[in-house]
Amino acid sequence: MTETARTRPDQGMAEAPSGPGLEGRSVEELPLHMRRSGFDPAPELRAIREGEGVRKIRTPFGLEAWMVTRWSDVREVLGDAATFSNEWQPQRRMAGLPGMPKRSPEELARMRAGNLLAFDPPAHTRLRRMLTPEFTGRRMARLEPRVREIVDQHLDAMERAGSPADLVADFALPVPSLVICELLGVPYEDRAEFQRRSAKLLDLSRPMDERMRAGDEQRAYMASLVAREQADPGEGLLGMLVREHGEDLTTDELVGIANLLLIAGHETTSNMLGLGTLALMDHPDQLALVRDDPDAIGPAVEELLRWLSIVHSGTFKTTTRPAEIAGHAIAEGELVMLSIPAANRDPALLEEPERLDVRRGALGHVAFGHGVHHCLGAPLARMEMRIAFPALLQRFPDLRPASEDRRFRSFNVVYGMESLPVAWGGA
Amino acid sequence: MGELRADRAVCIGAGMCVMTDDAVFDQDDDGIVVLLNENPEVDEKVRSAVDACPSGALSIREE
Ligand code: HEM
Ligand code: HEM
Ligand code: SF4
Repeated sequence: MTETARTRPDQGMAEAPSGPGLEGRSVEELPLHMRRSGFDPAPELRAIREGEGVRKIRTPFGLEAWMVTRWSDVREVLGDAATFSNEWQPQRRMAGLPGMPKRSPEELARMRAGNLLAFDPPAHTRLRRMLTPEFTGRRMARLEPRVREIVDQHLDAMERAGSPADLVADFALPVPSLVICELLGVPYEDRAEFQRRSAKLLDLSRPMDERMRAGDEQRAYMASLVAREQADPGEGLLGMLVREHGEDLTTDELVGIANLLLIAGHETTSNMLGLGTLALMDHPDQLALVRDDPDAIGPAVEELLRWLSIVHSGTFKTTTRPAEIAGHAIAEGELVMLSIPAANRDPALLEEPERLDVRRGALGHVAFGHGVHHCLGAPLARMEMRIAFPALLQRFPDLRPASEDRRFRSFNVVYGMESLPVAWGGA
Repeated sequence: MGELRADRAVCIGAGMCVMTDDAVFDQDDDGIVVLLNENPEVDEKVRSAVDACPSGALSIREE
């Protein structure tokens, strides 16, 4: 089993301890909240959960933060935005640290615009209310036929090319990326380029500067897309925002929303598809259930979300007043981070938490967060996974790993697989 | 028993309630929670919807 740890570009991502200075570190040096052992959170995190519950740790940039590990405490922190604030604090603190790009206050404000995760209520509520209608069950039902088509097209292509395939490059990455295009209203003729840029941005094997350039290009494209939608609003989410809230939303905010949806909606679902498929292949009886029983997928998606907990921590919080977590006094102005994997394996949430059992699929996990920042895209992500897993397994009923080598992606905001060679049929 | 309340000013439209019990909860065109009937019976399912709601918009006033 090989675990690889590489860095990703950092352009305002507070919780991503990437960027200059971390290149080449080994997995042992990973920040605590990112440490895992295969599918499982690191034993150190469990030890905190079972011991003192919360511990003061030092983050990679030398900041001190409280690590919260128990399910009930994580829910409490996420449920209390007035005490545990998201207001752009980490960015401001990190701005002065060595290795971080120097940015003017104006630049920072522009980067923050439209980013729901960087605001508390009521500024957050304002943005969230504008976006909520686009993620209702009804809106998802309208998108569903397109998601099925996109999934089927990629399965067709895999089948044509034949076994083996890289499930990440051929399926898990492109499907959510095209779904985001569909959602945002990226015109068909732009999609090939759009995907090429996304793929480049996310391809860890490419040099950092090339990936940063792809990131800049993608943002520039988003700005041009927003300008087009402002002139002639289309049927997608951006067109809707322009029509309904064009007076109220600035151009920076529209670009920020588009970028946030692209980033938060792309790699998350991708990694769930990649990692989730590997988890199912490791549990053949559960794989068979998801493949053969149409009622199994709903609970299975919830259990995979819980067991895999691909988002390590979510955004950092800052206390706005003195607080208490697991009996520890936390002063005002301190940094608080959460371990989502540790919380989702807490025996207080469910029995035998370390076991994957797709039959139970209980709600209540915090894989999508909790509180006002609870994942906006959760209905979309659920729909994508409910369609994609069974379709994949029905197309290739004997899907299996084509390599012993497991390339988990450690050094990232979101846990997953770098690549996942799979085989089917006689090959 | 108990009385179910939905605070539309607090709701973030995550739709967890509808997913848990679509006989009791719905979302309006803005995605904000609506109760399908005025005083639904507060059963297990309703209680789990209240627990699942991420925003704290749902509550049960015990009688
Ligand atoms: C305050 C909160 C957040 C901010 C300000 C933020 C902003 C950003 C920005 C600006 C980037 C770089 C994008 C680029 O290079 O074009 C990034 C990367 C990324 N973000 Fe976030 N994000 C936040 C929270 C999240 C959350 C909660 C998730 C997951 C649910 C997430 C997932 C990702 C991923 C996967 C990348 C990697 C993209 C890459 O490697 O290029 N982000 N984020
Ligand atoms: C399985 C896939 C996904 C997982 C595990 C996931 C996880 C999360 C988590 C944990 C948060 C909360 C972060 C925090 O509190 O700091 C979050 C927020 C968010 N997610 Fe997701 N996400 C997924 C898919 C998506 C998709 C498909 C979209 C959009 C199309 C999306 C858009 C967002 C946005 C916009 C937020 C910020 C919401 C706010 O601040 O109000 N996510 N997600
Ligand atoms: S679960 Fe809560 S936040 Fe979500 S729609 Fe229902 S009431 Fe609103």
